[in-house]
Amino acid sequence: MYLLLLALLGMARGAHSTYGAFDLQSLALGALPLALAAAAQAVIVISGGIDLSVGPVMAVFNVTAARLMVDQEMGGALLIAAGILVAGVLAGALNGVLVTASRVPDIIVTLAMSFVWGGVALLILGTPGGGAPQQFLDLAGATSLSEWISNAFLFLAVCLAVIWIPVRRSRLGLAIYAIGSDPVAAFRSGIDVRRSKIAAYAIGGLFSACGGLALTATTGIGDPLSGNLYTLAGVSAIVLGGVSLAGGRGGILGPVAAAFVLTLLPTVLIFLGVDANYSQVIQGVLVVAVVMVGGLATLRRRTA
Amino acid sequence: MSAPQVAAPPPSRSAVASGAGRVQRLLTERPIIVLLVLFVVLIAATELSPDGDVNTGWARANVQAAAILAILAAGQTLVMLTGGIDLSVANVMTAAAYVTAANGSGGEARAVALGLAVGLLVGLVNGVGVAVFRVQPLIMTLGMGAVIVGVLTVYSQQGVSGTPLVPDAVRDLGSGSFLDGTIPYNLLLWAPLAGLILYGLRASGFGRMLYAVGDNERACRLAGVRVWQVQLTVYVLCAFLSAVAGLLLLGYTNAADLELGNNYLLPSVAAVVIGGTSIFGGVGGYGGTIVGALILTVLGSLLTLLDVEEAIRQVLYGTIILVLAWAYTRVSGGTADR
Repeated sequence: MYLLLLALLGMARGAHSTYGAFDLQSLALGALPLALAAAAQAVIVISGGIDLSVGPVMAVFNVTAARLMVDQEMGGALLIAAGILVAGVLAGALNGVLVTASRVPDIIVTLAMSFVWGGVALLILGTPGGGAPQQFLDLAGATSLSEWISNAFLFLAVCLAVIWIPVRRSRLGLAIYAIGSDPVAAFRSGIDVRRSKIAAYAIGGLFSACGGLALTATTGIGDPLSGNLYTLAGVSAIVLGGVSLAGGRGGILGPVAAAFVLTLLPTVLIFLGVDANYSQVIQGVLVVAVVMVGGLATLRRRTA
Repeated sequence: MSAPQVAAPPPSRSAVASGAGRVQRLLTERPIIVLLVLFVVLIAATELSPDGDVNTGWARANVQAAAILAILAAGQTLVMLTGGIDLSVANVMTAAAYVTAANGSGGEARAVALGLAVGLLVGLVNGVGVAVFRVQPLIMTLGMGAVIVGVLTVYSQQGVSGTPLVPDAVRDLGSGSFLDGTIPYNLLLWAPLAGLILYGLRASGFGRMLYAVGDNERACRLAGVRVWQVQLTVYVLCAFLSAVAGLLLLGYTNAADLELGNNYLLPSVAAVVIGGTSIFGGVGGYGGTIVGALILTVLGSLLTLLDVEEAIRQVLYGTIILVLAWAYTRVSGGTADR
């Protein structure tokens, strides 16, 4: 996946000699929400679940942020952002509680919840609108370190580092991988499977809230329908990024890199003079091909 | 909902003898009763609502809308019975409708054939991917959905020649009715289809095979079933039925665009799940799906009637799906438990 990303960057550079710092900035800006959606989905899928409500949850926090921040100073906006992150944990945990308590398959629960969250987003903001202070938009749009490393990239790195590294290193992180790969074995080694699962959904919710804030920061407004894309695109990204849908395998950086690849793909196609709409086709073929190759590899290993 | 509030106890003999136990056993064996009760409640609510009037016009409109969803969900039911899922149904629907309309001026029969061919082609690819190359159905059909969207967009910009036209036959089938507007034409298509599927699942060897594959794929293979053939056929059937539903939707709306079927993906899954078919395969049937599709349609029209705003509608819709699935899991003693 990283190789593919580098290859695509190389192709962009090769096809268009002016491809440089500015384009990297817009790439990071475009990929930011998808990368966070992919991270959210990745944590949940690693724990053996799936969340089809990631997109609508992002939309909920996008509109909440845009509605509350519209007349705020930077300080107020940051306070609101903090509140939204807490709400994200709660929203994710609610999904997790519903999945574990109802014992209905997670795909059904989150499908139903995607309607509920979508409705909530519409309740908060009926039509696209709202806004945020310029400084908040600069969190994603501007560059502060160097022109090659945009704030959007830093935003992403900080989100991932602050949330994922401590989790990954803790008992909880181990538990999330364990319940994903074999819930029975995990239960027998003394892991509270239900609580770990709820925690995985809560972390997913936290990433979704980050994604919602990122949507507000990158687009400058709130749109109740903004999240719709990100549910299925996020699933594509995690599959490309090497997370097994069966659970227990994969990481977060792969999906994030895949999100960048998916964002870069249309640009490269345009540079190469190919209709950008083919990027959807390529995305679909890639997703299937990656899984197919993986499947063939395990098949060969088994027969060998 | 008569689901017991306590965690469902294992049905022991003494529990069955008691009244509550008997009710529970009845519901376990015939979960469709719960659905029918809910359906009747929804109809009663429609009749009692201030602007509501349950009459033949109301029935026609609902059956007409439900037929589209029910035919789409029929394909989804077949796939889910084998333990799979098809997330490309809405895209197939759109593609079939769009291709038919785009070729409408070049002969009706040809346009319809092309539209249905789209379904067969997509189904074949899905089926080969899932059955032969063993790609997880979720990923295969998700990827295929993206491919369809891309190809269709390019096609709409480059491949369309002549004026788009919805063939008359398709329009009549999708939006016409006969006997003084009491019976929609699309019921003439849906009813035999439903009968065939209901009968086929129960009585044909292929129908029983779907349950067997969904229940235990490995055992089937060891018993000599060519599982890949069953799966391939199911995905082709599903995509074909989606294409048929797409044509009905085209006739219903009388116009095609690139997002025509998008709103149908989630309801198609929801109708199947509400109808009691397990997403893990092997349990369920088309009867429940039909009632599921009717419930979703009547619920939608009731909410429109009550002038509920879109946001509340979605919340209610989601909650009802969740509550039904939850109640169903409880009543049937947790068959959906892994």
